[in-house]
Amino acid sequence: MTDRVARLRQRSVSARPSISVERARLLTQFYSTDATASPVLRRAKALAYLMRNKAIYIGDDELIVGERGPEPAATPTYPELTCHSLEDLQILNSREKTSYSVSPEVMEEYKNVIIPFWSGRSMRDLIFQEMTPEWKDAYDAGIFTEFMEQRAPGHTVADGKIYALGMKGLRRRIAEALEKLDFINDPEAQARSEQLRAMDICAEAICAYARRHAELAYLKAASERDPQRRKELVRIAEVCSHVPENPPRNLWEALQAYWFCHLGVIIELNGWDSFNPGRLDQHMYPFYKADLESGDLTEEQARELLQCFWVKFNNQPAPPKVGVTAAESGTYTDFANINCGGLTPEGQDGVNDFSYLMLDVIDEMRLVQPSSNIQLSAKNPDRFLKRALRIVRKGWGQPSIFNADMVVQEMLRAGKSLEDARQGGTSGCVETGAFGKEAYILTGYLNLPKLLELALNDGVDMRTGKRIGLPTGDASEFTSFDQVMDAFRAQLRHFVDIKMRGNAVIESLYARYMPAPFLSLLIDDCIEKGRDYNAGGARYNTSYIQGVGIGTITDSLAAIKHNVFDEKRVSLGQLVEALGRDFEGHEELRHVLWEESPKYGNDDDSADSIMKQVFNEFFDCVDGRPNVRGGEYHIDMLPTTCHVYFGSVCAASADGRRAGTPLSEGISPVQGRDRRGPTAVLQSAAKMDHAATGGTLLNLKFTPKLLEGEEGIDNLAHLVRTYFRLGGHHVQFNVVRAETLRKAQRDPDSHRDLIVRVAGYSDYFCDLSRALQDEIIARTEHESFGA
Amino acid sequence: MVIGPAQDAGDADGQGGGTQARPVIQFDMCDACGTCVEVCPRQAVTLVGRWMSVADVMDELERDRPFYDQSGGGVTFSGGEPLAQPDFLLALLKECKRVDLHTCVDTSGIAPPEVVQAMIPWVDLWLYDIKSVDDAAHCEHVGVSSRIVLANLSKLASASANVAARVPVIPSFNDTEDDMEAIARVLAELEGKRPLRVHLLPYHVLGEQKYERLGRGYEMRLLRAPSQELMERLARVFVREGFQTRIGG
Repeated sequence: MTDRVARLRQRSVSARPSISVERARLLTQFYSTDATASPVLRRAKALAYLMRNKAIYIGDDELIVGERGPEPAATPTYPELTCHSLEDLQILNSREKTSYSVSPEVMEEYKNVIIPFWSGRSMRDLIFQEMTPEWKDAYDAGIFTEFMEQRAPGHTVADGKIYALGMKGLRRRIAEALEKLDFINDPEAQARSEQLRAMDICAEAICAYARRHAELAYLKAASERDPQRRKELVRIAEVCSHVPENPPRNLWEALQAYWFCHLGVIIELNGWDSFNPGRLDQHMYPFYKADLESGDLTEEQARELLQCFWVKFNNQPAPPKVGVTAAESGTYTDFANINCGGLTPEGQDGVNDFSYLMLDVIDEMRLVQPSSNIQLSAKNPDRFLKRALRIVRKGWGQPSIFNADMVVQEMLRAGKSLEDARQGGTSGCVETGAFGKEAYILTGYLNLPKLLELALNDGVDMRTGKRIGLPTGDASEFTSFDQVMDAFRAQLRHFVDIKMRGNAVIESLYARYMPAPFLSLLIDDCIEKGRDYNAGGARYNTSYIQGVGIGTITDSLAAIKHNVFDEKRVSLGQLVEALGRDFEGHEELRHVLWEESPKYGNDDDSADSIMKQVFNEFFDCVDGRPNVRGGEYHIDMLPTTCHVYFGSVCAASADGRRAGTPLSEGISPVQGRDRRGPTAVLQSAAKMDHAATGGTLLNLKFTPKLLEGEEGIDNLAHLVRTYFRLGGHHVQFNVVRAETLRKAQRDPDSHRDLIVRVAGYSDYFCDLSRALQDEIIARTEHESFGA
Repeated sequence: MVIGPAQDAGDADGQGGGTQARPVIQFDMCDACGTCVEVCPRQAVTLVGRWMSVADVMDELERDRPFYDQSGGGVTFSGGEPLAQPDFLLALLKECKRVDLHTCVDTSGIAPPEVVQAMIPWVDLWLYDIKSVDDAAHCEHVGVSSRIVLANLSKLASASANVAARVPVIPSFNDTEDDMEAIARVLAELEGKRPLRVHLLPYHVLGEQKYERLGRGYEMRLLRAPSQELMERLARVFVREGFQTRIGG
């Protein structure tokens, strides 16, 4: 890495996240003076106001420019969505993990200006006012979480249109759409007109914002003494004068064009999963190739540009979250997850020279942001996989690996066109989507083991003693395993209905009050439909519910079936009583449940068939049901950090898990219960129908020794290829000794740079909550590939 | 046949077991009935291994077939000494070949010649240990004559079997270049098919815990693993004889 990149990287890594009041201040100024009636036009004008007035930052050494806040790691707030209270800000400032420094001046301004204006007017206030008591009970009990209570829907990824059209091209499309509006026959023509004009305002706003960077760069160049840097600043100015207004002409402009669009999206709203360029190697390769051929750029210069681009992602910590949302996603990482490899739109091997350059950059930069993954098709060469695995072996969790062929299959099953499917990929943690064409919104995590807890207690929450579920009967009177499953199914349906009702309200509120006209520019077919991204403007409109704890609930049900109904070692009444006491005085029973009962993750059909049964119940209950944006519900199996929060609200479970401890994570087996090696884990996991989901998350942990040498890489490559042949969606690896992690717990200061894989993303080990650290340590550490 | 990983007693919570109080088992009177395991409330003892039929083993092997298909791998029969259970092994080998699994036998070569002969058609690869060609040393340290090991090896070579020779390098027993040269010479002079390659396996102390768990003394505690430098020097002996040579398994 060049000295420049080393400095940029160091500055980014050592920047302490802080709260910037700039965005909240400008937004408050705008809203207190503007009287536009149309919500979408008002949002567009608000963005234009921000873009015209926010501070412009061009740091020393930078080649790619633009920051969301006034400087790296200065994190804006979005009071129109969540207006942080002074108490929230104090918590953010002082909490042990993922804190954001809040200066007294920021506190003061919040107290005097921001809170008085926004309190009671934020989306969060609106949402909680509209939720039913049943919804609130379930939310408080930790049955499900709600993604949109502090952050906007986002969950989408760019395709190639930025590079092909530029804002000019998009504005032409808008003009054509306006031209075609039929005010006489289409009752929505006026709404469409407002939407399109709002989008046009946003397109102009981002160009104006880019031009402000050009102006500052020229200004800086004029006073720059170093001739080399002066040349660079002039070049930056030229690039920023050209993009994103016009289609880029070279790699530098292409990367900068994307970055401005990225900033537009994340300044407009704090949508989930950041935003990301998606299939970056597909988009950049033509520019890269042309630059190399014309001699405008060497490979080394391209590498440096790409590294500068990488740093920009790391400069943007996630918007600050509080409460349950902080618990379900406790990280600075904002889940921009760049794809590499996979298929071309024509279905051919999509790996190119830029893919390898990206892998080099991932390896060298070793940053938690952006996250990165390879899309691995059977058509991609082993060289590509092995290059990626040599990075994986270094132990910091990137890149993760996806089965590109399965991702395509998932999208086809969900009704997307073949071409859209091939241009799609995965984002966030593991979520499948048609890039540039889909709003695939995660609505919340669902606590599957908690639903079983309710089923075993006649709908009563064991933690609080409050009846929040359906009265499904006294479990001590159940005479068959089927009755347990019936009660579980009834609770599942009940709470999924409550969740979906809540989602319908929340999605409608966003559609009406919080449109995203800038994001709408970038996602087909918002322009053609004249409809906002948040109101069903995208070509595909998916709502996901993410199941959590499949390992824990499978082992619990398997233990009940085996010990209560098959072997009759204990009655269900006695078992439930022992759970209520967290096994106090029932240690031998706990031992039987934990050690001597069938466990998912060991290629044991007596457990795995129950996993399939639970999965199918969840799928049947959710998949294909309509959402209010004209799309459908699908399921995902991923947890981020929610398995820790969900575990904290669950009583002891029938698999021998103690009360309050984490649930199993993703579709991984319960921590430490997979005893027959990784091949058995993969066999068990592959019994799930991954094609029926929009993403599953599997974690494997290996000792570094196992992956030594070429043989280690070969074996790991075979393992990945086999899992994908069996239909797996995704796998990620931790390659670190439990011993090292324990050392880091004892002595965090000497291990600040230790990065581990959490669930769909990597993070600094020392930034994780103690419970999550313990959970990662407890994951089975495989020392051999076989049993 | 005994198959299965050793489980550490007292590992009930994945916390690692305590080591102070050890159950006392009189192994000379033990018939491995397993009753002690069933009745012990603290799970202080574990029965390692279990009885399996050919069908049981095949069922187990089939589970990993997708991995064999991907990697070109297969089954390795190891031990202990797999040739010590010749009927069972032969039945398994035949069954494996019937269902197209690659077979490999990891052996000390200490077995009656007719046993080896019977296996030949069913084994795709032999991992064959040669500890020493010095008969006296072999008798003293291994407990049987090296002649039987070498006779079986010749039989494999003349039947054109695929053999990977494996030489454990044990300090104070066979860790000199002279020892290796003697072995290399024997390998080079075999009539029939030459060994495909030679593996030099550096002595390790991983067995110590297993001995301890069995309540047996570990007599080789004082031996140290040979240095990488020594291993490389010894490996060059085989390279000079024209063998593809690897350090490690």
